[in-house]
Amino acid sequence: MALLQISEPGQAPDPHQRRIAVGIDLGTTHSLVAAVRHGVPECLPDEEGRVILPSAVRYTEGGGRQIGHAALEAQAEDAENTVVSAKRFMGRTLADVSGHQRLPYRFVDQPGMVGVATRDGVKTAVEVSAEILATLRFRAEDTFDDDVYGAVITVPAYFDDAQRQATKDAAQLAGLNVLRLINEPTAAAIAYGLDQGVEGLYAVYDLGGGTFDISLLRLARGVFEVVATGGDSALGGDDYDQRFASALLQRAGLKALEALSPRERRNVQTAARRAKEALSAAESAAVTFEVDGQAHALQATRAEFEAATSELTATTLRLLKRVLRDAKVSAGEVQGVVMVGGSTRMPVVREAMATLFGRPPLTNLNPDEVVALGAAIQANALAGNAAAGDLLLLDVTPLSLGLETMGGLVERVIERNSTIPTAKAQDFTTFKDGQTAMAVHVVQGERELVSECRSLARFELRGIPPMVAGAARIRVTFQVDADGLLSVSAKELTSGVEAAIVVKPSYGLTDEQVAGMLKEGFAAAEADMAARSLREAQVEAERMVLATESALAADGDLLDAAERAAIDALIARVRAAARDAGPEQGPRAIEAAVEALAEGTEGFAAARMNRGIRDALAGRNVNEI
Amino acid sequence: MDDGLNRDARPTEAAQASLSIRATDFELFGLPERFEIDLGALDAKWKQLQGAAHPDRFATETAAAQRIAMQWAVRINEAYRRLKNPLARAAYLCSLHGVDLEAESNTAMPPAFLMQQMEWRDALSEADTLEAVDALASEVAAARGATLKSLQAQIDGAATVDWRAVAGTVRGLMFVDKFMSDIDRRVDALS
Repeated sequence: MALLQISEPGQAPDPHQRRIAVGIDLGTTHSLVAAVRHGVPECLPDEEGRVILPSAVRYTEGGGRQIGHAALEAQAEDAENTVVSAKRFMGRTLADVSGHQRLPYRFVDQPGMVGVATRDGVKTAVEVSAEILATLRFRAEDTFDDDVYGAVITVPAYFDDAQRQATKDAAQLAGLNVLRLINEPTAAAIAYGLDQGVEGLYAVYDLGGGTFDISLLRLARGVFEVVATGGDSALGGDDYDQRFASALLQRAGLKALEALSPRERRNVQTAARRAKEALSAAESAAVTFEVDGQAHALQATRAEFEAATSELTATTLRLLKRVLRDAKVSAGEVQGVVMVGGSTRMPVVREAMATLFGRPPLTNLNPDEVVALGAAIQANALAGNAAAGDLLLLDVTPLSLGLETMGGLVERVIERNSTIPTAKAQDFTTFKDGQTAMAVHVVQGERELVSECRSLARFELRGIPPMVAGAARIRVTFQVDADGLLSVSAKELTSGVEAAIVVKPSYGLTDEQVAGMLKEGFAAAEADMAARSLREAQVEAERMVLATESALAADGDLLDAAERAAIDALIARVRAAARDAGPEQGPRAIEAAVEALAEGTEGFAAARMNRGIRDALAGRNVNEI
Repeated sequence: MDDGLNRDARPTEAAQASLSIRATDFELFGLPERFEIDLGALDAKWKQLQGAAHPDRFATETAAAQRIAMQWAVRINEAYRRLKNPLARAAYLCSLHGVDLEAESNTAMPPAFLMQQMEWRDALSEADTLEAVDALASEVAAARGATLKSLQAQIDGAATVDWRAVAGTVRGLMFVDKFMSDIDRRVDALS
């Protein structure tokens, strides 16, 4: 019997077309997954009803894994094999990780990204994060009893290219289709803005476990325009714990935090963290910890905590003021400041915001959940479930991107706070007669000297025809996509000889590395690789056919009969390939058919875009601003 | 595709039909080709155009559609950035009229202008408090405002525009804007 379908207003009418799209907040201390259900974003709980998954992975005997709460519980007895706060190591080398001496890990300083030696081999933050992401993916799939179509994953706004690339690699490794990486404060603004219907200029102060972000956004009727952003990707609640722990040890006349054994250190830091949390509600709190087999009990006051950590709070204020300067606005023009991240529960931070902006900060959404909720709203929109034109996100690149020039100086190509996606070309020339190659060194940061910026990639442009110095024109093009990821290409123009190269930042994993890791497999995904890749190709084929058909339904009048017939034939070919594929042929035939469809619809896509732009220009947009 | 330039304040339906990614920034935003522009209208158009072209609108579409969305979104942001900034806008108008700024080669500025630049530089190197830097910043901002006024007169107010003269004023503005960013850096260092 055919059942009547009832759909909610503004949502895709066909339930089969509704795609499971999730938002994932991959945090330093904990992670969450959220999805829009019945039109409302909500965090998905595990089978015990907990929405928070501690960002902890323990590698156990026999190649097993414990993820989340179980890993955290075993942390004290098995610190070496239990990786927490892996986000701090994303896309970082050992030298980048401040305070790594205080951590209980056996670090392996390998090129690209630091690893941690566990009983199950060396693990990078990408692999650890993939375990967490896969756990959340399975949680969502269990909740909906369906595959996850795609995910929006949040990153700190101040994450650089290497850290973003590493995050995307981790998602790929977890078998997630990344719809978009979005910035955490922006996600919070979406959750907040859509929930409260606010308009105007808002600051988002996001102090998490390990990262600090500040973003300034202009909110107007579904458009979230990031005006400027700043922060410190290595400053968070963990640092408050460490400073406080050090101060407590000093007052008790004990040895420094760095001199303690890993286990004692963990114990003191945990005690400091609990006291910090208690001091958010009370003026004083008891602290107990064990050092050298002796129990110590102290009474700590909020004033003592605030004094021990005042430098950190001052740093966040300094970064916040710089963002206001970048945006050329005064504190008085900001209509509200949204607090995000568990660390914004500290009264000292709230008071600092109230003083600076002259009004109490907005704290009515759960600071732990708000980022995941915003990501879920955006994921739902990107997957095509929401009514068209509900939400537009215009974000910026947090750090300037440039090239090394003579004398180790940086030539900036893309300035920080440029709206993405963006691309910019800069022309360079040779400095020696007959020079046939040029080294291109891509850096990120605000300093003038290359040595003080982060090196992203190096490559060489070869085959420049010999010319006198200064005659060659080498155009280097930087492109930052909507995920905030950079690609760089270079070519020589005068001779007509084109040599171009597209680089992936050196911190990112190569596709082969990701494939290798996938092959090795990880606890969460035991599926047979061949079956999985075939299935993925079939899903992709289905997705492309649906996309093309809906484009034809909307704008088919742009095509003449012959063009239409050609596209219909390509669709039929994809369908046939997806239907006929079996384990023995693998996904190759499907991929080829999908590629042919993509190529064959390029002209149609361009014509559709022209129509869309023309309509927007003529103000025929349904969502006129 | 035809990308013939249309210099009318309001593009005709025919001009719109031929609007391509290679249209001028003004055509793309449907704005009259002048120095003085309505920043509110620019902002609104930008959001409208991105609403149609942003890659987020094509997340479920084919690779071809995503690539084209990316190209358009990049192009729209480029035009927006250029039109929004008075210096970039004036320089762009010069280039549309075939006048090269010669920003690298032509550094001949009037002596009075150079004197003032030197005075400002001295003042900045001596300013060691935020208040002193702020005072200098307001002085430079006032001078910048005056330069923008004269650009407006030169471009929008003249029956026939002397684009070479405009280019000279733009070069002066480049010095001022460069100095402004030096002031910003100083403020960063002091706070």
